[in-house]
Amino acid sequence: MDALQLRRQLIEYTAELFSEGFLDEQFTQLQQLQDENNPDFVVEVVSLFFQDSERLLNELAKSLSQQEIDFKKMDAHVHQLKGSSSSVGAHRVQRSCISFRDFCNAKNVEGCLECLQKMKHEYSLVKDKLETFFDLEQQLSTTGGSPPPP
Amino acid sequence: MSLFHVLGFGLKVGHLVWLLCCSLVSLLSNNWVAGDGGVMGTKASFLGDGGKVPLNWLEKFLGNVYKIHQHYYQGSGSKKVGKTWWRKLFFAWIMVWSVISLWVFWGMSSQAADKRKETLVSMCDERARMLQDQFNVSMNHVQAMSILISTFHHGKYPSAIDQATFARYTERTAFERPLTSGVAYAVKVLHSEREEFERQQGWKIKRMDAHVQKPVHKDNYEAEVYELSPVQEEYAPVIFAQDTISHIISLDMLSGKEDRENILRARDSGKGVLTAPFRLLKTNSLGVILTFAVYKKDLLPNATPEDRIKETYGYLGGVFHIESLVEKLLQQLASKQTIVVNVYDITNHSHPISMYGSDVSYDVLEHVSSLNFGDPFRMHEMRCRFKLRAPLPWLAIFTSIGILVIALLIGHIFYATMNRIAKVEDDFYKMMGLKKRAEDADVAKSQFLATVSHEIRTPMNGVLGMLHMLMDTNLDITQQDYVRTAQASGKALVSLMNEVLDQAKIESGKIELEAVQFDVRSILDDVLSLFSGKSQDKVELAAFISDKVPSAIIGDPGRFRQIITNLVGNSIKFTERGHIFVTVHLVEEVMSSVEPEMELSRNSLSGYPVSDRRRSWEKFRTFNQDGSNMRFSSPFSNPISLIVSVEDTGVGIPLEAQARVFTPYMQVRPSISRTHGGTGIGLSISKCLVGLMNGEIGFVSTPKVGSTFTFTAVFGNGCPVSGECKSWQVNRRSVAVDESYGFHGMNALVIDSRPIRAKVTRYHLQRLGICVQVLSDMSHVLSDTSICNMKVNMVLVEWEIWDKDPSSLAILRDRLRNTAESRVPPKLFILANSAGSMRMSSSASDAFGPFVLMKPLRVSMMAASLQRAMGIGNKTSNCNGDSPSVSLRNLLQGRKILIVDDNRVNLRVAEGALKKYGADVVCAGSGKEAISLLKPPHNFDACFMDIQMPDKDGFETTKEIRQMERAYRDSLPLEDLFSDSRDQSSKWHLPILAMTADVIHATHEKCLEKGMNGHVSKPFEAEQLYREVSRFFHSSPDQNE
Repeated sequence: MDALQLRRQLIEYTAELFSEGFLDEQFTQLQQLQDENNPDFVVEVVSLFFQDSERLLNELAKSLSQQEIDFKKMDAHVHQLKGSSSSVGAHRVQRSCISFRDFCNAKNVEGCLECLQKMKHEYSLVKDKLETFFDLEQQLSTTGGSPPPP
Repeated sequence: MSLFHVLGFGLKVGHLVWLLCCSLVSLLSNNWVAGDGGVMGTKASFLGDGGKVPLNWLEKFLGNVYKIHQHYYQGSGSKKVGKTWWRKLFFAWIMVWSVISLWVFWGMSSQAADKRKETLVSMCDERARMLQDQFNVSMNHVQAMSILISTFHHGKYPSAIDQATFARYTERTAFERPLTSGVAYAVKVLHSEREEFERQQGWKIKRMDAHVQKPVHKDNYEAEVYELSPVQEEYAPVIFAQDTISHIISLDMLSGKEDRENILRARDSGKGVLTAPFRLLKTNSLGVILTFAVYKKDLLPNATPEDRIKETYGYLGGVFHIESLVEKLLQQLASKQTIVVNVYDITNHSHPISMYGSDVSYDVLEHVSSLNFGDPFRMHEMRCRFKLRAPLPWLAIFTSIGILVIALLIGHIFYATMNRIAKVEDDFYKMMGLKKRAEDADVAKSQFLATVSHEIRTPMNGVLGMLHMLMDTNLDITQQDYVRTAQASGKALVSLMNEVLDQAKIESGKIELEAVQFDVRSILDDVLSLFSGKSQDKVELAAFISDKVPSAIIGDPGRFRQIITNLVGNSIKFTERGHIFVTVHLVEEVMSSVEPEMELSRNSLSGYPVSDRRRSWEKFRTFNQDGSNMRFSSPFSNPISLIVSVEDTGVGIPLEAQARVFTPYMQVRPSISRTHGGTGIGLSISKCLVGLMNGEIGFVSTPKVGSTFTFTAVFGNGCPVSGECKSWQVNRRSVAVDESYGFHGMNALVIDSRPIRAKVTRYHLQRLGICVQVLSDMSHVLSDTSICNMKVNMVLVEWEIWDKDPSSLAILRDRLRNTAESRVPPKLFILANSAGSMRMSSSASDAFGPFVLMKPLRVSMMAASLQRAMGIGNKTSNCNGDSPSVSLRNLLQGRKILIVDDNRVNLRVAEGALKKYGADVVCAGSGKEAISLLKPPHNFDACFMDIQMPDKDGFETTKEIRQMERAYRDSLPLEDLFSDSRDQSSKWHLPILAMTADVIHATHEKCLEKGMNGHVSKPFEAEQLYREVSRFFHSSPDQNE
């Protein structure tokens, strides 16, 4: 597979990610922030995001499984998750965070549980997608092709 | 009763009632104002202080009324109390006045009755007195006759009187005895003397009692009718009688029951004696007989009855015909018709005997006058009554009804007033409710607008972001211009939405102006490009900014632009031909120059006549007073006043509509909004904004000629020292613009017959760094050969001239082409409106021109066109002098910035973003960490802080930092505090910006309230970041550019 093909594939894949709403323009901005001084900026941030999100999702699941649910704490967690997802541009995770917050404010445990599942699902989806994206980028850089403009 | 009485009475009553009302009101109000104690107090004062009572009560009354009102407004509870209060008062009022009117009625009618009674009494007494007098006269005369008889009958022998003499005498003296109908004399005859007497007289003594009941009709029978008197001890036969009663001669008076009693009493007492009334003989009418005894000699007053009897000669009797006599008497008196008179003998009290009168009376009122007829034994009285029943006391009725009616009317007025007040107050509360609802609705509307515009802003940001990215790609200059226009339009749309929000803010008076550095010229360029597609073909859009206006001023560019956009948009709607011309000057400049304006009005941009724009500002305070006054109210330390005029040649504003131009939602005619659209709020917003900028707005408009709107606004000068500013400004224009466009040092020749238009063209060319020479006529160009020798790089010709004289232009073109082979021949440009360009495209053009420069002229577009035509390379394509990211880089380069966020991802992203702009970034993961890093004196330039953090949120952290700063500042020595160095002040005041995903305006206000300096949205948006950061960094001198 030559560099040009890879490049096209990457562009198409990126466009797909955007059109399906997994990512939004914030991700583009993130890419813009990456430069010679800071070559692995995006990967660094995104992996931070993965770590954070997994921790927060676990916290949320733990909170929800408890007898007495601390909605305030949960809200803080979701806020964090929302913040980091919006920073990264993980649009669909962010959306699900918003609906989770609504349920959380309404103290609707059923809704929260349902929404947590959705969040987990979205999260794993975006994780897969981003990993694939980074793989492609990696491949592209190894083949020596120039990365597509952000 | 006189009217005065009524009035006086009414006044007294009124006074009483006033006191009563006062006390009533006070008591009522006190009852629920002050409780029991108050009532006691008022009572005490009422009883205690009699003299000052009215005054005190008035004061208390007023005081209470005031209290009532106060209470009334306190809530619905007291409102009800208030309602019942005046209803009670109303009923009390009616009751009191009813009682008063009854009282008045009673008083007046009783007075009338008294008067009537008095009248009756006086009339009755008068009658009684007259009757008595006349009776006494009669009686005296009868007594006199008894003397006469004793003298002439018994004193002489033979008697001097016989029946005929007596009859004649009595007849002739009858007038002396008005009440007697007849007089008779009977002598005392003892039984022993009877025969002698009968023989002497020639008749027998007869008795009368047997025939009393028998009706006697004829005198003829009298002799036969009376029986002879039986044997008695003593007789009293009548010997003389008046003719009227001659039938009783020879009758024994002692045989009649009443007569006998009378005679016996008379001779015992020696006085006149009356009988009870009885039916008289013959006439059968009621009568009374008066009897006097005739004595033989004068008796002593204390003579015993025995002496009197012995000495008696005879008895003189007078017959009183009471009925006819009283009748006669009464006829002599006036108003006999009105009263009924009854005379009774009341000797026997239980059985009064009527002597006169009938009972034909309906009136119960009666007056009794006693009559004294000289007989102590007999008692008489006169009873008078009115014939008619007492008339109804109309005066009293009318007066009392009148009082009642007036009181009712007053009460009604009071009641109606209170009703009205209550109704108005109810309405007021209703209105309050409605107002609250309306305000709620307004809040809801604002929230809705905020939400909607927020929702629109998000996709618009996408559009703008993409355009921004597109700008960074490899575009040629035309494309870049399109993108710029698209971006500007998009931004205008966003700002339009903000304007919709602003309308709500203006309405609630909560609008705030920004203070950032901006360039008036680029703003005007933006406005022109925004409208370039919208204006009519025949309308020329142009802008001119005076050289004296600094390129960097501090103010609110959005609002400034909004005002100009409003005015220009307005002009475009109503202008179909001619021009729209925006000019910006310094106020001082316009004030000092007077004469060029005359020229302007004659010779306008497009040649159409315009209104004299000086008239649009002649009412401005700035111009009327000393303009310097305005500066003191300015928030800027170094203020400059700009005056902006927007002149059009549109239809103008009808004179009658000129007064309400600045009224919101008002348009000249409703049809205007159909033909031209718009809400009609633009001008009112503009006026409001101008007011906020410490300026004034005015206009002059001549129908069919056009309008000119002018406003002033106060801004801060972008560079503090004016001298430095000037040079900087010139520098910047010639250097910065030159470098970006590459026209510096070039020469241009502008051929334009209109000086104003030429001035505009020159202004734009000068902005590009091009030196400009203006010629007004083509012939000059052709005749002046020096042009060819001049180093002219371009020739710009107005379309008008080209159109008028294409042939000479062709000559010019050829001459230009052939000037000097050694250098590049000057390019020929046509300045044209869109209409002209359409035709132009068909005309021939080659490498030297003519090229078309489309109006409206603006720097970027002109630069692009010129570059394309001149073949200057694309070396400036990536250079975007005004781009925020570049400015941002300049601003943030080398700055030490602390970022506080608990979210590692966010922290990292923000760090990356700020680092990209060259900042030196330190990260902190929590509020505590931030506080530990931010111990004054600060070695950071700024701090970006997340608001929502666990433990300590952004606001709390800021609060603590501010406290520390205050403590530090207080500990500083004074000279440090007052040293003007910016470095020093930044050591104890760190700009803190909130980072928030929430972009609602309220958050911004809250941030300021909590001691922060502003807020930036998260994720960072270059332009906003620039705007916020520039507030602290723009004037930092230590920043090397």
